[in-house]
Amino acid sequence: MSSRPYHPILELTFMRFREYLREPEALFWAFIFPTLLAAGLGLAFRNKPAEVLTIGAVTPQLVAQLKQERLLDVREYSEADARKALREGRVALVALPQDNKVVYQYDDTNPEGRTARILADRAVQRAAGRTDPVATGDVYLREAGSRYIDFLVPGLIGMNLMGNAIWSIGFAIVDARRKKLMKRLVATPMPRHYYLLSFVFSRLVLLVVEVGLLLAFGVWIFGVPIRSSLADIAVLCVFGSLAFAAIGLLIAARPRTIEGVSGLMNLTMLPMWVLSGVFFSSQRFPDAIQPVIKALPLTAAIDALRGSMLQGASLAGLAPQIGVLSLWLVVSFVLALRLFRWR
Amino acid sequence: MTGPPALRVRDLRKAYKDVVAVNGLDLEVQKGECFGLLGPNGAGKTTTIEICEGLTAPDSGEVEVLGMNWRSHASQLRQRLGIQLQETQLGEKLTVLETVRLFASFYKQGPSPDEVIGVVQLEEKRGARVGGLSGGQKQRLALAISLVGDPELLFLDEPTTGLDPQARRQLWELIEQFKRGGRTILLTTHYMDEAERLCDRVAIMDHGKVIALGTPRELVASIGVEHVVEFAAGGPVDAAVLRGLEGVRAVEADNGAVRLQVSQLHRAVPLLLDELTRRGVLLTELRTHSATLEDVFVTLTGRHLRDE
Repeated sequence: MSSRPYHPILELTFMRFREYLREPEALFWAFIFPTLLAAGLGLAFRNKPAEVLTIGAVTPQLVAQLKQERLLDVREYSEADARKALREGRVALVALPQDNKVVYQYDDTNPEGRTARILADRAVQRAAGRTDPVATGDVYLREAGSRYIDFLVPGLIGMNLMGNAIWSIGFAIVDARRKKLMKRLVATPMPRHYYLLSFVFSRLVLLVVEVGLLLAFGVWIFGVPIRSSLADIAVLCVFGSLAFAAIGLLIAARPRTIEGVSGLMNLTMLPMWVLSGVFFSSQRFPDAIQPVIKALPLTAAIDALRGSMLQGASLAGLAPQIGVLSLWLVVSFVLALRLFRWR
Repeated sequence: MTGPPALRVRDLRKAYKDVVAVNGLDLEVQKGECFGLLGPNGAGKTTTIEICEGLTAPDSGEVEVLGMNWRSHASQLRQRLGIQLQETQLGEKLTVLETVRLFASFYKQGPSPDEVIGVVQLEEKRGARVGGLSGGQKQRLALAISLVGDPELLFLDEPTTGLDPQARRQLWELIEQFKRGGRTILLTTHYMDEAERLCDRVAIMDHGKVIALGTPRELVASIGVEHVVEFAAGGPVDAAVLRGLEGVRAVEADNGAVRLQVSQLHRAVPLLLDELTRRGVLLTELRTHSATLEDVFVTLTGRHLRDE
């Protein structure tokens, strides 16, 4: 160890690793937390054999009719209790007789309510003697790639790329500025771009671990498919990570305090956590704001990863998303260099 | 004197939003000398030294370092200067050796990291994290990283501020060692004992200007006072009477604490005691010391270096 030091970029990059790896909390949030999150959500949203819906009915006769339907779990209530159960979400639907009709009470904006309506009505009509004019049969297709966990893992990888790049770069730079370490480095012959490059290099190396862990977890434990190649995913992750690193540099270009940079980081990331489709499809937002959502770097990264992993899209097919990421990379980096406060 | 001076500053000016930090400052530091900028906080010492270090741009004026200037020779200069800033906090998670290696990697020449660690006597802390070092050890590490490029000119900004007396003395010994090694040193301090002990020449600064310049001995002699007598009395004392005593040059009274500048201690003190006895004034405190740079500053500005 007492030999001559290595090249400055190497020594600076080592510094980044050491500071990062010697911070146990940072390791938890970067590596362990996303994996736990994937495990938890994967379990919560795993596909159940066949969804049985709980409904309520107010007469024994109705209960008996509805029980003919295998996909319904029927409970008998008084009318008041049934309403209460419906309000509290314990049942998806309440069936009650009124005059000569059967009335269904349910929330029509809730998919479970609508499904329960169809099932309950089928049971009631069949009990009253309706027969199906056409014979039908079912074939069940439960394919890996269309489950929630398959949707979730690329989303979490994208979120992880963004979070790790922005947090680690933002905090490290503002901390160095606050402690005058940056000023001290500028007082040496160190070329300034070496300092910025050391962040990029350390990010790219840590990326392998961060993405690798989550990907391996998804593939081995939940059987999440990779329909393109690992090389394609690596390319997408590098693009994503570079774009977010540049955004991190831009966020950290001016602030002098940790509070200041934290605010900016949250301001940048929060809209993307909500809009970019980490946990649910961004298609659910109104059409009017779709162009904005598509232009966000996290949307581009996640859409590209999903396209590649789940649909086997080629890199050429993902050109729009790669284009969005490249644009963010270039614009943020140029602006960051312009605005950067070196002391 | 051979060649150009190590540092030459002419008519330097720098103002921040609402304060004039440096207001027409001239300096010349010769090769091989240890030059001190002495002054109270806010006198403009740090701004001056950071302009010389090329970290702050002056509003106007000329700065020539080792015969070069920052506009056209920045990268050569960086290789040949050693800089210690006030209040740098080095990465706490790195070890002493890792920190020295990092900084050494930026320089083309210089001693090995282990050699530098030996010079500042941190061998035992070589593998220790910076976060666990004491204040004095951190300051010696800061000194170590200013030495990794084997600099011709060393800038030290308040190298011992905030240290305990023992750590200060240890640091002084190191700086004296560099002086013997023939390096040029420019240091700032607000400790007059530090300036007296380390500096060949001192510029006393106040409000962004040099108000006195010379060797510590010359500066002390320039006020024509050899000794200072300070006393506190239990009752009022007439300053005019004291001024009339033989050998007393000046009198300052402040809340019962009186300060006399005296040329002949052995005559003035007995006369003072006689006078106080005759007036029945009780003496609660009496101190005398040889005149110092502090007294020079007080004489020139009417204020103390460390104005609390």
